[in-house]
Amino acid sequence: MLEALRDPKLVWLFGGVLSLLAISSVIGNILRNRQKPGAGRTTIDNLNARIRAWWKMCAIFATAILVGRVGSLILFAIISFLAMREYMTLVPTRRGDHRTLFWSFFVIMPLQYYLIGIQWYGFFAIMIPVLAFVFVPTSIAIAGDTEHFLERAAKIQFGIMVCAYCLSHAPALLLLKIPGFEGHDARLLLYLVIVDQMSDVLQYVWGKLIGKHKIAWRVSPNKTWEGFLGGVLSATALGTALWWATPFTPLQSAGLSFTICILGFCGGLVMSAIKRDIGIKDFGVVIEGHGGILDRMDSLCFAAPIFFHLVRYYFVP
Amino acid sequence: MSKRIHPVANLLAGIARGISGVQVQWAGCEPDERQRVYFANHTSHLDFVVLWSALPSDIRAVTRPIAAKDYWDETPLRRYLAEKVFHAVLLERGSLAKAKNPDEAHFVGRHLIEDMAAALGDRNSLILFPEGTRGTGEKIAPFRSGLYHLALRRPDVELVPAYLENLNRILPKGEFLPVPMLSLLTFGKPIQVAPGEAKDAFLERAREAVSGLRRIGPA
Repeated sequence: MLEALRDPKLVWLFGGVLSLLAISSVIGNILRNRQKPGAGRTTIDNLNARIRAWWKMCAIFATAILVGRVGSLILFAIISFLAMREYMTLVPTRRGDHRTLFWSFFVIMPLQYYLIGIQWYGFFAIMIPVLAFVFVPTSIAIAGDTEHFLERAAKIQFGIMVCAYCLSHAPALLLLKIPGFEGHDARLLLYLVIVDQMSDVLQYVWGKLIGKHKIAWRVSPNKTWEGFLGGVLSATALGTALWWATPFTPLQSAGLSFTICILGFCGGLVMSAIKRDIGIKDFGVVIEGHGGILDRMDSLCFAAPIFFHLVRYYFVP
Repeated sequence: MSKRIHPVANLLAGIARGISGVQVQWAGCEPDERQRVYFANHTSHLDFVVLWSALPSDIRAVTRPIAAKDYWDETPLRRYLAEKVFHAVLLERGSLAKAKNPDEAHFVGRHLIEDMAAALGDRNSLILFPEGTRGTGEKIAPFRSGLYHLALRRPDVELVPAYLENLNRILPKGEFLPVPMLSLLTFGKPIQVAPGEAKDAFLERAREAVSGLRRIGPA
């Protein structure tokens, strides 16, 4: 408990995040006071709501990291649970899926985090893609309802993959034993989350400032080439500048944060496509100004597993 | 009846709120301590507890569910929950149908309405599921006539429609383990029996008042 405070670089990382939030709050307030009532008002209110939500999320995240490994695991298990809850609520399932869903929420998802807790990497890596993959369609088949069978099995498996499997790779970073980096793994998790979330934020900011040319207007009307390039490049620059907190050289850090940004973008795009398909704008209303948990975590869902495996492949002997 | 809420009732209400992640919207009226009959669609065992837990605690203390005697009187645990924990008003379901002739049916019906009116007393409110049984969640079944007769018997009591959405997916009929999806509860505008309104017309209007509160659409 609290050993994180004895790691000066981790304290610096948190200090940086807090200063950034403080500056954003000041800017948000200035913008609000200067704005005449009318046109751009909703954008600025939305911005301030986002900043307030960031303070809360940051406080929760800091608490989890201060508690230590178990804290981070529990935090991400809760995030997985809430994300899966939003996903399964909005994806059409039928009465025959009930028991399969019960297992997904109360056995498969907790087991995934338990496996990280006991550091059983081999089982952690295959449990959902192999065992759950076999279990889900079988249990739906046993329930006996064959209407839209393939769709239902696929949708449930996809939800478990995204919400439980992919997201769990973020706290799984704490499993990695990188020579010369022992005991500092919390920094690696923080690095991933900072780069990933800042990429989202910066894409939003650049898009609002100079965005013109839509990337995939059918899927997500807010994503522009200007926002994408500005966001990815500036977040990559930020990630590169944080190399001192990681086991990477500045060049490696640049490559990895670029990868995180691109994958984060892909995750956001895919989730937007799913939302379009279901016919909703946001997955939930849990965080004020942010849509739902899954709307916030969509970029991390794709970035976490690839970042995890890149680091594991290149830095763990 | 005492105004104290049984601790187990509060505990169960908390659990039900957690499992159902319910978002409550008062769309046609505000929470009020005046006497009311809340009537809603019925798809899950969680329905009553979720609806009850959505009321402010002072209102909760005087709000009682109407429940089927044949089900809730069957085992000691159910009896304990119904009578001691939630102060349910237990009514004999289907006793009307069992009546041998119109006179007996009339007598039994009168009796049921008098029981409900007595349960209302001068300060209680009731929660009623006029479909009489749990449905699959796709369609709301035709309402039984109790709501109409009770409305005529106690015209001073407000009839508040409510729609419970998605609870059929959280704990459907026949399952005992819940899946923690999110749900919605919407309270609508109170209705009353119009002067000279026929029974069937009113019951259909009441049913539409409930189904009109649907926010997402069919599951």
